[in-house]
Amino acid sequence: MSFPWAKEYAPTNGVTKFLDEKLPLPRLVYNAVGAGYPVPRNLSYFWNFGVLAGFFLVVQIVTGVVLAMHYAANAQVAFATTEHIMRDVNWGWMMRYAHANGASFFFIVIYLHIFRGLFYSSYKAPREMIWLLGVVIFLLMMATAFMGYVLPWGQMSFWGAKVITGLFGAIPVVGEPIQVWLLGGFAPDNAALNRFFSLHFLLPFVIAGVVILHIWALHIPGSSNPTGVEVKSESDTLPFHPYYTAKDGFGLGIALLLFFTMVFFLPNALGHPDNYIEANPLSTPAHIVPEWYFWPFYAILRAFTVDFLFFPAKLLGVIAMFGSILVWFILPWLDKSPVRSGHYRPLFRKFFWFGLIPAMVVLFICGGAPAEEPYVMLSQIATAYYFLHFLVILPIVGQIEKSEPLPYSITEAVLGSDKKAVLGENTTPAV
Amino acid sequence: MTKLLSIRLVAILVGLGFALIALYSFVLGAYAWMTEEPAGHLPYEEPRDIAFSFDGPFGKWDIQQLQRGFKVYDEVCAACHSLKFVAFRDLEQLGYDEGQVKAFAASKQVPGIDPNTGEATTRPGLPTDYFPDPYPNNVAAAAANNNAIPPDLSLMTKARGDGVNYVASLLSGYSEPTAELLAEHPEAAPGPGLYHNPYFPNLNLAMAPPLTTTGQVTYDDGTEATVEQMSTDVAAFLAWTAEPTMVQRKQTGWPVLIFLLFATVLAYLSKQQIWAAAKPKKD
Repeated sequence: MSFPWAKEYAPTNGVTKFLDEKLPLPRLVYNAVGAGYPVPRNLSYFWNFGVLAGFFLVVQIVTGVVLAMHYAANAQVAFATTEHIMRDVNWGWMMRYAHANGASFFFIVIYLHIFRGLFYSSYKAPREMIWLLGVVIFLLMMATAFMGYVLPWGQMSFWGAKVITGLFGAIPVVGEPIQVWLLGGFAPDNAALNRFFSLHFLLPFVIAGVVILHIWALHIPGSSNPTGVEVKSESDTLPFHPYYTAKDGFGLGIALLLFFTMVFFLPNALGHPDNYIEANPLSTPAHIVPEWYFWPFYAILRAFTVDFLFFPAKLLGVIAMFGSILVWFILPWLDKSPVRSGHYRPLFRKFFWFGLIPAMVVLFICGGAPAEEPYVMLSQIATAYYFLHFLVILPIVGQIEKSEPLPYSITEAVLGSDKKAVLGENTTPAV
Repeated sequence: MTKLLSIRLVAILVGLGFALIALYSFVLGAYAWMTEEPAGHLPYEEPRDIAFSFDGPFGKWDIQQLQRGFKVYDEVCAACHSLKFVAFRDLEQLGYDEGQVKAFAASKQVPGIDPNTGEATTRPGLPTDYFPDPYPNNVAAAAANNNAIPPDLSLMTKARGDGVNYVASLLSGYSEPTAELLAEHPEAAPGPGLYHNPYFPNLNLAMAPPLTTTGQVTYDDGTEATVEQMSTDVAAFLAWTAEPTMVQRKQTGWPVLIFLLFATVLAYLSKQQIWAAAKPKKD
């Protein structure tokens, strides 16, 4: 783990010496996020989002635990206890708005984190395991967020739960029994609300566990970097502390400014008004939409409007929606270009900025819009592109692309020259 | 190598499959879109933009307005609409003193139990009681209102898009459907027991116009109670019932943001200072 030039932890006083002998926790921190962890010196602000994601996970757990002290997971009173938190619990409104907007910010930073990984091909060897664990975290986040949105027991909570669990009903033969089993009944009610609350409390701690694995796996090869050229020598790196603690500190300040602007001045801007109406199984909302962070995947689900051969449209939509995230699991083996960074891949870069990003934007807009034309048609084209991009374009581009010349090392990219490169110590193309 | 190649070959085939099926849906959808008449929406109006004292990041309640709106709710809306998340004690936030709140609570009958017989009965309200429901249950509410249950108003302004403006616009927006509208959308004509309102999404509302004449409510502060004024005031009151902590929220926000701005500038400066040591030296 880590590079040979990593500084070793040296306890200075009796207490740290005692701890280092019995339980080397300070050593662990020193080697993980301290001066003992060398990091590429050229990381841009796009490398801030991992730390920010960890921060928002903590925000969610802290606010969530406090909310759980005042909330009751019972279909009779869930909506009322949510309002009780908003009105009668001291600073309850702040806890709830921080939790609701904290979920949104968690997803914002995770999406930026994922797109950074896609542009710089952070999923490529030797970092496949980090990427795979990241996809697992993302799936767990989606499940947690979905179940959390059900808890206030508003109209969108109820109908969202009904639609999403209904997806399992699309599975042939066993679908209906599975749906009933998941809900503990034929429609979302007390049984569903209770188990969603239980799992919503549990899963964040599972996420925290996978985050530890994610960071562990990261510390074996070390961070990727904007050139995609691996670290070669000590001059390519800087110790995490104080350089990246300072940089992450500034990034955290910006994120908190945006976060609290939303919490205090626009707390309901990302929510749906219908969720301030208590759940009513007899009244269907005009447009059932999930929270904004699910819109691209909801658009893929709804893009399949026609049966195809033996497949009903609904089943196709469900397969495509889950498939759209599951393809990320095989990404390291699809994109075999030896160059990591999009900066040196002219063809990949074009498909990324003019293909994938516009397709995601279209899917996002269509997922939040009612299921009407032209949104459905737009989402169908974008869905087709989405799958072509990951499953067809990436493998082919990786084969045919002629990449631009890479710098010899990170040092050369940052400082303009690297003594070792000048001496001709190693002139093979650096990867 | 051949194994990896085969993973990619399978991926390409699967990707083409998904894309083709999505495009198949697209082609059939596009054909239907071009050949079929689109289902038109009824042309309802967006709420008017009304200036409220609590708008914007510095907004504050206008206590006089909230008291006027409360009176409109109490004398007009409360006949049919509950306000179940608001307690009488909350009225102290509207500038009423303890005695006034007690007196108001006592003027309302809330469900209770006869201490001698245990029978269900009613008793005068206490400040800790919540606003009583005008109907004993939903069935009674539906029976009394042509099968349309009057919704609880506690959260109304948060439960509609642009809620405060919507409530004010709707209450003062009742009108007769225009001839052009009926010519273009004959289905927009109000059915029996329904009333035309251009701000309501399907244009036909089961609620009869509740505010109809100037002076319907007598304001204690001498403000002229026009329909417009009463609608605006009760919308403001409902903004308060929906989020009594709104002004506290905004007022808490400023010190938090100012502190964070300060801390972020400091974080930036320390980051600059620390990184100065690692910046490329020009020689």
